[in-house]
Amino acid sequence: MIVFWILAPIMVAAALGMVFARKAVHAALLLAVVMMSLAVLYAAQDAPFLFVVQIIVYTGAILMLFLFVLMLVGVDSSDSIVETIKGQRLAATGFGILFGVTVAIGVAQTTVGAVVGLDEANADGNVPGIAVLLFSKYIFAFEMTSALLITAALGAMVLAHRERLSPKPTQRDLAERRMRDWADQGKPLGPLPTPGVYARHNAVDTPALLPDGSIAPTSVSRVLQVRGNMRDVSKELTALDEPDKES
Amino acid sequence: MDPTPFLTLSALLFTIGAVGVLVRRNAIVVFMCVELMLNATNLAFVTFSRVHGNLDGQIAAFFVMVVAAAEVVVGLAIIVAIFRTRRSASVDDASLLKY
Amino acid sequence: MAEVASADGVFALLWLLIALPLASSAVLLLGGRRLDSWGHLLGAVTPLVSFALGLVMFVTLLGRDEEERAIGQNLYTWIEAGNFHVDMGLLYDPLSALFVLLITGVGGIIHVYSIGYMAHDERRRRFFGYLNLFVAAMLLLVLADNYLALFVGWEGVGLASYLLIGFWLHKNSAAVAAKKAFIVNRVGDFGLAVGIMLMFATFGTMSFSGVAAGIGDASTGTQTALGLLLLLGACGKSAQVPLQSWLLDAMEGPTPVSALIHAATMVTAGVYLIVRSGFIYETTDTASTAVVVVGIVTVLFGAIIGCAKDDIKKALAGSTMSQIGYMMLAAGLGPAGYAFAIFHLLTHGFFKADLFLGAGSVMHAMNDEVDMRRYGGLRKYLPITFATFGVGYLAIIGFPGLAGFWSKDKIIETAFADNTIVGLAAMLGAGITAFYMTRVMLMTWEGEKRWAEGTDPHESPKVMTVPLMILAALSAFGGLLLAGDWIVTFLEPVVGPEEHHELPMPAVLLTLLVLLTVACGVGISWMMYGTRPVPVEAPRGSVLTRAARADLYGDAFNEAVFMRPGQYLTRSLVYFDNRGIDGMVNGVAAMIGGSSGRIRRFQTGFVRSYALAVLGGAVVVVLSILAVSLA
Repeated sequence: MIVFWILAPIMVAAALGMVFARKAVHAALLLAVVMMSLAVLYAAQDAPFLFVVQIIVYTGAILMLFLFVLMLVGVDSSDSIVETIKGQRLAATGFGILFGVTVAIGVAQTTVGAVVGLDEANADGNVPGIAVLLFSKYIFAFEMTSALLITAALGAMVLAHRERLSPKPTQRDLAERRMRDWADQGKPLGPLPTPGVYARHNAVDTPALLPDGSIAPTSVSRVLQVRGNMRDVSKELTALDEPDKES
Repeated sequence: MDPTPFLTLSALLFTIGAVGVLVRRNAIVVFMCVELMLNATNLAFVTFSRVHGNLDGQIAAFFVMVVAAAEVVVGLAIIVAIFRTRRSASVDDASLLKY
Repeated sequence: MAEVASADGVFALLWLLIALPLASSAVLLLGGRRLDSWGHLLGAVTPLVSFALGLVMFVTLLGRDEEERAIGQNLYTWIEAGNFHVDMGLLYDPLSALFVLLITGVGGIIHVYSIGYMAHDERRRRFFGYLNLFVAAMLLLVLADNYLALFVGWEGVGLASYLLIGFWLHKNSAAVAAKKAFIVNRVGDFGLAVGIMLMFATFGTMSFSGVAAGIGDASTGTQTALGLLLLLGACGKSAQVPLQSWLLDAMEGPTPVSALIHAATMVTAGVYLIVRSGFIYETTDTASTAVVVVGIVTVLFGAIIGCAKDDIKKALAGSTMSQIGYMMLAAGLGPAGYAFAIFHLLTHGFFKADLFLGAGSVMHAMNDEVDMRRYGGLRKYLPITFATFGVGYLAIIGFPGLAGFWSKDKIIETAFADNTIVGLAAMLGAGITAFYMTRVMLMTWEGEKRWAEGTDPHESPKVMTVPLMILAALSAFGGLLLAGDWIVTFLEPVVGPEEHHELPMPAVLLTLLVLLTVACGVGISWMMYGTRPVPVEAPRGSVLTRAARADLYGDAFNEAVFMRPGQYLTRSLVYFDNRGIDGMVNGVAAMIGGSSGRIRRFQTGFVRSYALAVLGGAVVVVLSILAVSLA
């Protein structure tokens, strides 16, 4: 019971935070907090199987899926605070409070009777107990949900599929394009050198050198350039190549 | 353990999730609030299974989880597809039924 | 009424009398222009065939005993709906026999005349089609054995009259006159229809025998009501006061139409109705007196109008109105006068048709000019027409020996026997008749020629003059019908035995007084029109002349009392309909439109608004569950 009273405020706070968070990623993480706390509560109520499933499936798979999509959609985007529909916030909070109070009172009024407890049901263990029910009484639902999962997976593939609007460029098309770019714009033919080629050191942070000794600008991450984490060491390098010159 | 606090907590989480659906504009956050509501009902199921002394409640919670998983897959795929064409994940964009 | 025998022998062909003209009419109207070359011949022959058939039946009827002279033929059951049972049945008895002969005989003669009169009209085939339709409907009217079938014929003749008055489509005045005739007739038809309905409500049947059997037991109110309603119907069809305004306008139709329909037959349908319904009028003094009043008023009304008309056809129409007034007068006097009413009806049919066809012949010669002020001195140019017209003239004024003398005299006698004032008024009417008919004769045939430019009068072809001669002969010798009181005895099974009333003076003295009055009328007319030249432009005339020219303000009265209030009523109703009812309906529509415009603002299109509604609904559900479980 102590577990409950510790976790309950945390859950409520996290839920409220999720609803009011400005950035979507913060909302996702707060939801993770709620879900983990729920898993613990399941464990406290003699449902170890669900405890594990909640963490693996819900928090680990579903929530991660949310995060992936958030990143695809735009992790930087944040909702504006201004509400566009007039009276929506007021009506929502009003109805929400009304609903919550009503249900809570309703719950409090119900007499549940004696709590039987799951000792007898879990006699052979929680997982066998669930297995017995799942494969006898709920076998049909089990089969249907498996079909549902397959359908969902197919559905996701279909929805995310992008049709080709133009024919796929063949090897020849690519080669022609490369030649033309080199002729018009001087883009280098051939693959780009990986960083560290033609250098003394095989390091990611050292730029690649072109055959004529100059630095290949495309081998340096633009991010480093933007952040200003670059240092021009061309002088030191040429000095290294001609040790006799220094005296 | 008295089941009433658990049930009250479940109701509270459900309400918070419901208000969140109404208030947020980002489609993914709305979806997450829906997940919160589903989780709240799961808690209620598990509590009642303990009250009645059989595992049917837990089975039900299990099935809710499975279905929620399938639903999230398809729903997020839809959101991605919409986002690709419209470049916006706001729920308010779909207002063609306006008078 | 006599026992009704079944129709066997020649009487089995009773239905043919009606069917032949009806079939001919259908052929002519539906056949189209291909029949133009011989259609008029078919149209003229058919009534004559019916006449031959009718003559054979008449002779056979004469060969039967008096008790067996009512023959009934049930054609088919027309209406069968619960208690409401009506047969399309025919009744051939002495009264209908005479009418059949009159309609087909005089009708056939006029049909032949029309071949010549309408020779230059390209729609001649249609004309004969309509004429045959009229003959068929009129025969149904007089042969029906119940009031409803009679009503079918009644309406049929009304339709034919409308079609024929408005026959010349290019004349707007003809169309207006046709409409007027139909509408005024409708008022009368309304009376007859309500009467028939009252019959059904009271007796459960509309056949003559059924009503005759039950009329004695009906309440006084019903008896009087029936009498008055049938009188209203008769007034409409026979152009009696108060429904007389249409007859003079009906002269817009071709002259054969005026002769057949508006002189000899259709306008006599009202008299037929009253005589046929004698069993009703015998039970109610009020209605009978009303018939007499209507009759005598119309006698004087028509006569005064006829005095001032310059249009020859309108003068003759006024005369028709007046003569039918005599018939109504006789019919209203009860069994004493029924036979004489029918007798005068027959003789009037002869001489009025003669006069009208003669007028048609004159118009044919004078380029369709109708104004008598443009006639004059035609005696030498149209000798046959003059002779036949003259015979008709002598008959109508009551010259001793000719048909009109016998019939009119009998009516005046019966009138005197009933009431001295009525008798005096009838005698006065005879005098005025003599006056205006002499005026017509003098203005048309004698005196200076007042013709328009380019008029070349010539006698009409034989196809027109032979019918005139036949009708003149009938006008002259029609009085033979009274020989030995033949017609009175012949009609006895139908109208009941003649009652003899006491006359205030000997019959011979009465006849001399009537002749004296007639001579005065002729004399005054001679002095005014025979000795002085007739002005071509109508002079202004006295107050009475001007009133008579305006139909004794009949039209003005109708307009002021009925037409203008009626138009007011319709205008106000239209206004009320537009503003009130339309306003209400449009108001409802506008209200719905406005409220829907406001309610649709709820449809914002935002998903979150809809989700809010869902949450609100969930709150309501939870609250109601709680309320129910806690209650």
